[in-house]
Amino acid sequence: MTGVAMVLRHSLWVALVALLLFFPLTGLLLDGYRLTWRWELPLQLAGGVFCLTLLGGLVRPLIGYWRSGRGLSGLVSSSFAGEGSASVAFFLRAAHGSRFRSLVRVSGFVLLLLVAVSLPFLLGKYWLNVATLALIYVLLGLGLNIVVGLAGLLDLGFVAFYAVGAYGLALGHLHLGLGFWEALPLGGLLAACFGVLLGFPVLRMHGDYLAIVTLGFGEIIRLVLNNWTAFTGGPNGVSAPFPTFFGLEFSRRPQAGETAFHQFFDIPFGNVHRYIFLYLVLLSVSVFLIFVIGRLRRMPLGRAWEALREDEIACRSLGIDPVGVKLSAFAMGAAIGGVGGVFFAASQGFVNPTSFGFHESALVLAIVVLGGLGSTVGTVLAALVVTILPEFLRDFADYRILVFGLAMVGMMIWRPRGLIRPRRPLYPSGEGG
Amino acid sequence: MDPFLIGQQVVNGLILGAIYGLIAVGYTMVYGIMGMINFAHGEVYMIAAYLTAIFLALLASFGVDSVPVVLFLTLLGTVAFTALHGWAVERVAYRPLGRSTRLAPLISAIGISLVLQNYLRLSQGARTQGVPPLLEGVIRIPAEGAGGHFVQITYIQVMIVIMALAGMGVLTWLIQATSLGRACRATQQDRVMAELLGVDTGRIISVVFVLGAAMAGVAGVLVTLNYGSFDFFIGFVTGIKAFTAAVLGGIGSLPGAMLGGLVLGLSESFFSGFVNTDYKDVFAFAILIGVLIFRPSGLMGSPEVEKV
Repeated sequence: MTGVAMVLRHSLWVALVALLLFFPLTGLLLDGYRLTWRWELPLQLAGGVFCLTLLGGLVRPLIGYWRSGRGLSGLVSSSFAGEGSASVAFFLRAAHGSRFRSLVRVSGFVLLLLVAVSLPFLLGKYWLNVATLALIYVLLGLGLNIVVGLAGLLDLGFVAFYAVGAYGLALGHLHLGLGFWEALPLGGLLAACFGVLLGFPVLRMHGDYLAIVTLGFGEIIRLVLNNWTAFTGGPNGVSAPFPTFFGLEFSRRPQAGETAFHQFFDIPFGNVHRYIFLYLVLLSVSVFLIFVIGRLRRMPLGRAWEALREDEIACRSLGIDPVGVKLSAFAMGAAIGGVGGVFFAASQGFVNPTSFGFHESALVLAIVVLGGLGSTVGTVLAALVVTILPEFLRDFADYRILVFGLAMVGMMIWRPRGLIRPRRPLYPSGEGG
Repeated sequence: MDPFLIGQQVVNGLILGAIYGLIAVGYTMVYGIMGMINFAHGEVYMIAAYLTAIFLALLASFGVDSVPVVLFLTLLGTVAFTALHGWAVERVAYRPLGRSTRLAPLISAIGISLVLQNYLRLSQGARTQGVPPLLEGVIRIPAEGAGGHFVQITYIQVMIVIMALAGMGVLTWLIQATSLGRACRATQQDRVMAELLGVDTGRIISVVFVLGAAMAGVAGVLVTLNYGSFDFFIGFVTGIKAFTAAVLGGIGSLPGAMLGGLVLGLSESFFSGFVNTDYKDVFAFAILIGVLIFRPSGLMGSPEVEKV
């Protein structure tokens, strides 16, 4: 009983402080130089805080009880495990044998891929655009996940590399006459160069400084794009070209001497063809990158990224060059961000600096954190959820950054290593490396 | 060059620098004790700007119109509530982390910073807000104007300098001369040892957040009265610049923060006055990157030793 009373008292205190905090900023609405009073809002918010704290305080002992109960059953089962444990292990190995498991995994993957490939033919143009944007965020999430999740370097200006890629396509087309296919590798390369240029001096220092320098760098890129009107078009932006289908344009009336996609295949012109094509290219690039990242993680370089994240001093004593390894992760992430930017510019047909503000960086960081730092599957899932969910919950769209911010704090408090426990590529000692 | 123009830029730079210095104190104290960048500190300053406008409007609606009384009550209310917010940020976003991964406090800080920005955007609206001019009047040097040329200082700017000096004075006294300050300095030097000697380090961390937020509160009041307009995103750029000031002066050092603020304010003011206004933020960030590359320990800091 005293426990409940204590929880109640604590919740009351928290609610009182919350009321004090909420009262001036939500209860008094600035309206020009005057105020509008909203008594009910801070009271409701504080009431909500009270209920949540009370619930948390009452549920927490139950969780502890449940956990200890599970611990007890674990103890019981382990005492029985002595006899016949070998046979159990044998059956387990038979059921979850590596061949069986990889079969399940491969068939699941093929099924998912089939769904993803057929998706653009089933969706309307609006949802196709949403799916394309979601895949772009998958790319960005994968890129930032290498930097933050695997190498443990907090990059708060990831949007800068995204902007470099996007403007690489648009300005390359404007000034050098480059097309999408030339810009795709060049945009990635350019972003990687920027990454190295920024990373080389900064990565030698204490890790926290990187966060603030990248934050500043993201803002520098945006300001330069906004102010250097002669080169970047300033706030008015620049238009970006569409990809061609092996040299075939996707326009209704191609330029003289060129053949358009619909003329070549002798089908009626459809505005949606270009979006379907872009989606499929984006999908294949994403799948390819997921594969590459999976391979990289098993390679010495990928292992060095994760080792460096865990303990830099130990790595140095083992002969790993921390700057070079960090730089490779930083450049790799930047390159993927740049490729994402090229796709973004191509899908929008137009870029301007407003697309590359701090909120974009924050959104991608939220994707990586919510996906569980370091988990590729988690990142992909989080990117899809974060971009598609607000489409279904229109009212939620306004609150989404607030909710993601809260979720980031919550994740760091309760699950700092991610919702899905990251599966480390391990080699059983029996099979050898 | 016109000596009056240079003089005017010096005045503007000192004002700007005093503001940056006040905010930089919060970064430098938290970094000194916890070894982490409190990204939400810029947002705390932004909250102070909103609170200033709200208290001004509140006092006006109660019919208080004596300028010194309004100033005093607004300052008192804003500083108190901003400090409360700083305390709450530490309680909600940092304390529950305990000894988690190295990235956890940074990500949590970014999270809470997004929360605060959007909290204000949703509760007070996304538009730029303003406050009515409270103190009007200027001092001109020379008083009669030398052929139309003069250096102009507004009363608000004089007040900014006085308040910044007073704030820094009180803070220095607190840290250097009281037992609380001694506990703060002990915690900064060696947290475990301070704890062994009976210092409640959890409480000291709270105190540091409250003090830093209070200084940001003072800065918020002064900036809002000086420029008259603000929105929910001002904490972002000002936060980076104040952090630059803290790094420039040597992170962890209180006089360094103020010195860094003044140097940054002056150089930014000269850059925007004589070179280019559009790129003044780029210039400030370039200073940050330059300092980190060439002198990461800052003007008054000592080199950092990484411990196992």
